[in-house]
Amino acid sequence: MIKAVMIMNTQGKPRVAKFYDFLAVEKQQELIRGVFSVLSSRPDNVSNFLEIDSLFGPDSRLVYKHYATLYFVLVFDGSENELAMLDLIQVLVETLDKCFSNVCELDIVFNYSKMHTVLDEIVFGGQVLETRSDEVIKAVEEISKLEAASNSISLVPKSVSGWRGGGR
Amino acid sequence: MPSQAVLEELNLKELIIGSELSSPNAHGGNVAWSLIRRRKPNNNPNRKMEQLKTIGRELAMGSQGGFGQSKEFLDLVKSIGESRSKAEEDRIVLTEIDTLKRKLLEPDIPKRKLKEHIIRLVYIEMLGHDASFGYIHAVKMTHDDSLLLKRTGYLAVTLFLDEDHDLIILIVNTIQKDLRSDNYLVVCAALNAVCRLINEETIPAVLPQVVDLLSHGKEAVRKKAIMALHRFHRKSPSSVSHLVSNFRRKLCDNDPGVMGATLCPLFDLISEDVNSYKDLVSSFVSILKQVTERRLPKSYDYHQMPAPFIQIKLLKIMALLSSGDKSASEMMYMVLGDLFRKCDSSTNIGNAILYECIRCISCIVPSPQLLESAADAISKFLKSDSHNLKYMGIDGLGRLIKISSDIAEQHQLAVIDCLEDPDDTLKRKTFELLYKMTKSSNVEVIVDRMIDYMISINDNHYKTEIASRCVELAEQFAPSNQWFIQIMNKVFEHAGDLVNIKVAHNLMRLIAEGFGEDDDDADNKLRLSAVESYLQIISEPKLPSLFLQVISWVLGEYGTADGKYSASYISGKLCDVADAYSSDETVKGYAVSALMKIYAFEIASGRKVDVLPECQTLIEELLASHSTDLQQRAYELQALLALDARAVESILPLDASCEDIEVDKDLSFLNGYIQQAIESGAQPYISERERSGMFETTDYHSQDHHEVTSHALRFEAYELPKPSVPSQASTTALVPVPEPSYYSEPHQPISTSSSVSERESSEIKLRLDGVKQKWGRPSYQSSTSASSSTPPQAANGTSTHSDGGVASSSSSRPRSSYEPKKPEINPEKQRLAASLFGGSSTSRSDRKSSSGGHKPAKGTANRAATVPKENPTPVPDLLDFDEPTATSGVAATDPFKELEGLMESSSQDGGGSTDVMGLYGAPVKTTTSVDSLLSELSDSSRGTYHQSQTTKGPNSKEALEKDALVRQMGVNPTSQNPTLFKDLLG
Repeated sequence: MIKAVMIMNTQGKPRVAKFYDFLAVEKQQELIRGVFSVLSSRPDNVSNFLEIDSLFGPDSRLVYKHYATLYFVLVFDGSENELAMLDLIQVLVETLDKCFSNVCELDIVFNYSKMHTVLDEIVFGGQVLETRSDEVIKAVEEISKLEAASNSISLVPKSVSGWRGGGR
Repeated sequence: MPSQAVLEELNLKELIIGSELSSPNAHGGNVAWSLIRRRKPNNNPNRKMEQLKTIGRELAMGSQGGFGQSKEFLDLVKSIGESRSKAEEDRIVLTEIDTLKRKLLEPDIPKRKLKEHIIRLVYIEMLGHDASFGYIHAVKMTHDDSLLLKRTGYLAVTLFLDEDHDLIILIVNTIQKDLRSDNYLVVCAALNAVCRLINEETIPAVLPQVVDLLSHGKEAVRKKAIMALHRFHRKSPSSVSHLVSNFRRKLCDNDPGVMGATLCPLFDLISEDVNSYKDLVSSFVSILKQVTERRLPKSYDYHQMPAPFIQIKLLKIMALLSSGDKSASEMMYMVLGDLFRKCDSSTNIGNAILYECIRCISCIVPSPQLLESAADAISKFLKSDSHNLKYMGIDGLGRLIKISSDIAEQHQLAVIDCLEDPDDTLKRKTFELLYKMTKSSNVEVIVDRMIDYMISINDNHYKTEIASRCVELAEQFAPSNQWFIQIMNKVFEHAGDLVNIKVAHNLMRLIAEGFGEDDDDADNKLRLSAVESYLQIISEPKLPSLFLQVISWVLGEYGTADGKYSASYISGKLCDVADAYSSDETVKGYAVSALMKIYAFEIASGRKVDVLPECQTLIEELLASHSTDLQQRAYELQALLALDARAVESILPLDASCEDIEVDKDLSFLNGYIQQAIESGAQPYISERERSGMFETTDYHSQDHHEVTSHALRFEAYELPKPSVPSQASTTALVPVPEPSYYSEPHQPISTSSSVSERESSEIKLRLDGVKQKWGRPSYQSSTSASSSTPPQAANGTSTHSDGGVASSSSSRPRSSYEPKKPEINPEKQRLAASLFGGSSTSRSDRKSSSGGHKPAKGTANRAATVPKENPTPVPDLLDFDEPTATSGVAATDPFKELEGLMESSSQDGGGSTDVMGLYGAPVKTTTSVDSLLSELSDSSRGTYHQSQTTKGPNSKEALEKDALVRQMGVNPTSQNPTLFKDLLG
């Protein structure tokens, strides 16, 4: 089972943190800091795996990938395959890249809820749900279309004013 | 529009992530990635402009229900990003919290604004600040009819709330309603929330709806419903136990995605109870076959592999189902063989499947062909440049050596390379592998390496683990007592505060009991060497408390026993310890008790005792100590000094720490008193356990704590002694030596993956290796004690015999181990490899023989010598052999010769160099140890059967069978457990 998905930048600022078992805010912070301090001390060109029992309890592994200014991190237990998890990160990034066309750290920061929508389509309750990025994008687009519809139907005037405000 | 300047500023700092999608780590340039690469121009300005436009567009579209955010959010993120200190960030966030508090209370907030507020709240909480004031707003949003707000609300509550939070009760109703919604996106959002927010008590409230959704028209919903049920199962298996059949049924869903999702709960169910699912083996095999034959729609391909994640899950499940089940395993042979052939090892995901196949083969009853394919795959992994693959290779090797121990041999150099790799993860994995393959022949090299590594790291968690592994290996395989004590000293010195207190007790017991044979001379030598080493170490600054306790105890018991050191010298040292560590009461207590013993021995032997002035000061200081324990010890010491020799001798007899103290644990002498009390109306005693039912005396920590605080005189009743381990109490300190149970700990990390077979094989391993064990666990020794109880002469004779056989045939064997391609390998490394994997040497065997074990064979049994060496090295530790496959070896003679030459030169120029072992004086010996690699690894005794087994191939099963036969016939009494391989053979 996947225990956590984290995206943080190279300064250690969390960008997305999702834990599949509830953890108190302080504990989450502690783990994010712990993971970052381990990651930042790792040299380049080494393996993408870490055994991280000290932070997440026995039999915890961590797979990470460093893209530009971001670390993508997956924490999981022994019932997952490390190399497959590495590919899951690829799936996630690939999907984000398609979603935001040339994804960068900013996209993730500013599109927090979309980011979560994508993530929820890929990992569900700690299990891998979908690995086809086209399917994920299809689902995400459908959601945003409907959200837009539900928003504009109920709030025509405000949405119009918002549009003008945005366009100005 | 938010100011372009802001955007630009931000953008200049950001790099586009996508541009690195095809980083060197991404294995294999697949089509998708290369497309991305091509799409992206290399010049940054262009990309940034595009980026700016994208964001501008998004922001502009914000009002249309996109995902854009307002300028406030932009500013917030920006200012937090620019904050120089944590304090500054906190200030910004606090202002933001105030703003949000105010804004959320405003009436009639536009929906888009409301959403943004909540997202800002989530963002703040992610940064570690308290956003609990807004939880209720998030809950309210889930009630909203608009999908936008509902989804945002659900997202926020799943991130904010714990499943036992009070507010959940306000959401359950909404979830129920949403699960029945016509809009499948609403249903999905609700299912998402179900996974996180429903606890054991609320499961029944949503369970019927979720079960209904299993037959929903949309496959996305069916998938999520299955996952939700799976989640329920994890939280409370009993609540969904009647629904398990649904999972089986959903395996036949016509959508492959749903089928794939069903594998997740089935994996859990099967790992809990294998036998109820044996009937599914054929279904799983046929599914896997269909997947590998690309019968799934093309859209399930990922990097040209058909549905790899489904394949991996299936392999995991089948490993569980077929573990130890021959017929089930046989059903899988074909598809596994296909996988090995088809898997594309140039992509990451292809390797993931290959690794999973290796893992699967290590669990099932393998066929020789599959083992060979697995070994090939492993060697490909190990030879790869990618650290990830090396890691997988080492891991796979660790799994496979349990079945077929000769696999590691061909990879010894790769393993050594990994050990020296800068990558810490890889290093640790390699240490784990070494730990698994340790035996008496290579224990010294491995433990030395481990200790070096232990000293070099700062991570206390791992330090503890590796320290306990060192201790375990040292206890199990130590070639000599001196070595054992040295190792323990190092462990205590560098990780003293991290090792379990039981390790210390065990060490003391070892020193007290010695060999356990009737060899007082050796025991005394051992004690003297311990005392000497401690006297050397004792003056070093800042020793860990536990180590000082051991030192004090040993000096007290045996410091003066040999007559080499005077009582005043030892007592002076002990006073120094008590002085230097005056804040550590435990150490002081041990030191005072040690002083007491030394003086008692002096008095008892009739010598006149002069108490050193510093001792006198110490005693006086302690008489007034705040600690009653120290006070009592001081008073006892004072009283003892006034007694005459006869009295003292009966209080503290010399070297009596091993004598059992008779403890009448039933307190039978009080029976009369109790009888009387009951007769006069008292309540009969009910034991504490019965009263509370919850009191667990075996609690590890409480026990430890207990021992630390009341290290000397305990006033509570002792725990019931375990029947198998006679309680060993020291006369003087009355510290019950606890059953050495720490050794079970280090196994945990390995065996937690908890497949049945792993547990089995770890058991096997323990038994396998028990032979050289001299101390430690009585329970494991029991099996070996039988063989050691045979008349010593016969045992010696036969062992010598077999040793001779071993030695001669190992030296005669052409070297079949090295990779012939790399003749220029660093000789240092080769020697290390030899000592790790072969690891026998004259110096050790000398030590061995001096320590009362085997007598080195003088090459008398050169029965099988085909290429006689001038001086066949006796290899007493070799229990067995894998035959050299004399036939297969012939094909590769040239590389071996080449290597032999290399080894010779290397050992010549490196004779006195600082290799870990540095034991290869003569080239021949090196050869022998390299050769003995195979035999070491297989750890069984085939040596005596050498002649008859000339045609043995890599078929390990056959080898095992033969082995078992050899053992059953009792040809080789040095082996420990004749029934061992019967288990393996079923």
